[in-house]
Amino acid sequence: MFVEKLTKKYDGKAVVDSVSFEIPKGKVISLIGPNGAGKSTVMGMISRLIAQDTGLVSFDGKDISKWKSKELAKRLAILTQTNNIQMKLTVRELVAFGRFPYSGGRLTEEDEVLIDKAIRYMELEEFEDRFIDELSGGQRQRAYIAMVIAQDTEYVLLDEPTNSLDIYHATNMMKIVRRLCDELGKTVVLVLHEINYAAFYSDYICAFVDGKIAKFGTVNEVMTKENLSEIYRVDFEIQEIQGKPLSIYY
Amino acid sequence: MRREDIFIKGRRLTLILAVTLIVLARLSLFVGVIDIDLSSLLSGDAEQWEIFILSRLPRLLAILCTGVGMSVSGLIMQQLCMNKFVSPTTGATISSAQFGILLALLFMPGSTLWGRAIFAFITAILGTWIFVWFIQRIQFKDVVMVPLVGIMFGNVIGGVTNYLAYKYEMTQALSTWLVGHFSLVIKGRYEIVWMVVPLVILAFIFANHFNIVGMGKDFSKNLGVHYNLVLVMGLTIAAMITAAIVVVVGTISYIGLIVPNVVAMFKGDKIRGTLVDTALFGAIFVLVCDMIGRVVIAPYELPIELIIGILGSIIFVALLLYRLQHGRKAVRLGGAGTSGCAAAVSHVSGGDSR
Repeated sequence: MFVEKLTKKYDGKAVVDSVSFEIPKGKVISLIGPNGAGKSTVMGMISRLIAQDTGLVSFDGKDISKWKSKELAKRLAILTQTNNIQMKLTVRELVAFGRFPYSGGRLTEEDEVLIDKAIRYMELEEFEDRFIDELSGGQRQRAYIAMVIAQDTEYVLLDEPTNSLDIYHATNMMKIVRRLCDELGKTVVLVLHEINYAAFYSDYICAFVDGKIAKFGTVNEVMTKENLSEIYRVDFEIQEIQGKPLSIYY
Repeated sequence: MRREDIFIKGRRLTLILAVTLIVLARLSLFVGVIDIDLSSLLSGDAEQWEIFILSRLPRLLAILCTGVGMSVSGLIMQQLCMNKFVSPTTGATISSAQFGILLALLFMPGSTLWGRAIFAFITAILGTWIFVWFIQRIQFKDVVMVPLVGIMFGNVIGGVTNYLAYKYEMTQALSTWLVGHFSLVIKGRYEIVWMVVPLVILAFIFANHFNIVGMGKDFSKNLGVHYNLVLVMGLTIAAMITAAIVVVVGTISYIGLIVPNVVAMFKGDKIRGTLVDTALFGAIFVLVCDMIGRVVIAPYELPIELIIGILGSIIFVALLLYRLQHGRKAVRLGGAGTSGCAAAVSHVSGGDSR
C-alpha cells in the first residue's frame, strides 16, 4: 500500500500537502505530529473515509477508490475515535458485525467460530452478552478491536486508539496493537499523540508537520533529539530504556 | 447451553406478546354496537357475516397495520438518525403527509384514496429527507435538539397546511386526517394500509444495514455499507409506512416514539432481535387503546388519537423518569437464569465507572 502526492484542502488551505509514502507490510506504523499537522486527514484518506483532492492511494496495486467497498472491507479495517456510539448492542452483536462484509446479515458456522475466536482473543468472554454502553472505556475499545479481528483484514487502521483511556488501558491497548502485528500478522497503522507509545510499540514512525511529512523511518531513525525538537518545537531528551529510544520533553 | 438459554429467553417475550395479541384481536372482533357472536357466525347468519366482513375485520386489520407500521417506522427512524426521540411525529413525517393530502384535496378535488395516497407518499418522503438532511448538516451536540427541530419543522408545515385549509375552506375535510380514528374504516376504503406489510418485511430484510448505518458514517464505510443509500432507503420506507397509515386512519402520534423505546429497554437495539417484538407490542398498544375508546362512552366512540395521547404521554413521562433514575442500564428479564444475571449485575456495580 502506498500513497502518492496526496493533497487535501479545506477552504483553500492545504491540510495535507503532496504527501507520498509507502506502508511497509506486516509492521506497526505510527503517524505522529502536532495538532493540525494532517495526520488524521491522511489516515482518513488512506482508509477511504475522506476523499482526497488530488493524488493517489494505491492498495494492492489498485486505486483505492476503484475497489468494491465490500471487497475492501475484507482487506482493510478502520476504527475512528467517533465510535463511542450510544447504542444498545451486546458485545457479541457488535463483534458479529465484523463478519458483515463476508456474509451480510446471515452468519454461517464459520462466522460464529471466528466471532468466538475474536471474543476470546480480546478476553471478552464474560462480557459477550453485556451491552457495550454498560462497559468501561477500555472494555468497549477492546470490543471494537474484537470486531476488527472478526473482520479478518490484512490491514488495520486505528485513529487515536488510546484517546480518553487511562494509562493502564492505553498501555494495554498498545500491547494489543503489537499482538495484532506479531501474532496475527496484520499491518497496523495508527494515529498517536503519545510519542513514547509510538516509540515503544511501533516499527516505523511517520511524523507530520504542517501537512507534510517531516520524517519517516524506523523508530531509531526518527526518535532523535534534533528531529523531535524540530517537529514539536520544544526541547527534547532521548533516553534508551529496554533498548527503545524514549523521549522526555519539557 | 448458555447460548440456547438466551435464545429461548428472547423468544419467550415474543411468544407472550404474540399470544396476547391473538387473544385481544379475537376480543376486538366482538366488541361493537351490534352484538356479534361466534355461534351465529358459525351457523351462517348472513347479516352478522356482513358486519363482520364489511366493518369488524377491516377495522381489526387496519388497527394491526397501524400499530405494526407506526412502531416499525419509529424504530427505523430512531436507528438511522441515531436519536431515541425521533419518530414520525417528531420527525415531521406525519405533518408532511397531511400536507400532501391537503394538496391532493386542493388540486384534485375528485381524487380517489389512491390519488391522495400518492400525494401523501411524495410529501412525507420529501419532508423526512429534508429534516434528516438538516439535522445532519447542523450536527447538534444535544440529543434533545434533534426532536425539537423536528417538532418545529413539523409545526411550520402544519401551519402552512392549516393556512391553505382555511383559505380554501378545507378545514372540515382536512380534520378527518388531523385526528386519527378507525370509525371510518370499512371494506373498500382502507386497503392502502396493507402496504405496511411488504414495507415492514423489507425493513426486516435490511435490518442489519439499518443497524450499521445507525452506528455512523465511518462505521458503515468500514464494513462496506453504502451509508447514504441505506439512509435514504430506510427513511423512504419509514415515510411510506407512515403516509399509508395517515391517509387511511389519520394522525396517530406517540406510538412511533414510545413502542421502540420500551422494547429497546428490554431487548437492546439490534433490529433483527427487536423488530418482531416492536411490531407486536405496537399492535397490542393500538388494539388496547382502540378498545378503550370504543367501550368508555359506548355506544359512541372516542377517536383513538385521544386515548393514545393520554396513555402515551403517561408512558412517555414514566420512561423519562426511569431514565433519570436508572440511566441507560438495560432492564434484565428475570426468571429462570437469574444466577447468570445476578453475576452480570454484580459485575456492573463492581466494574469501574463509566
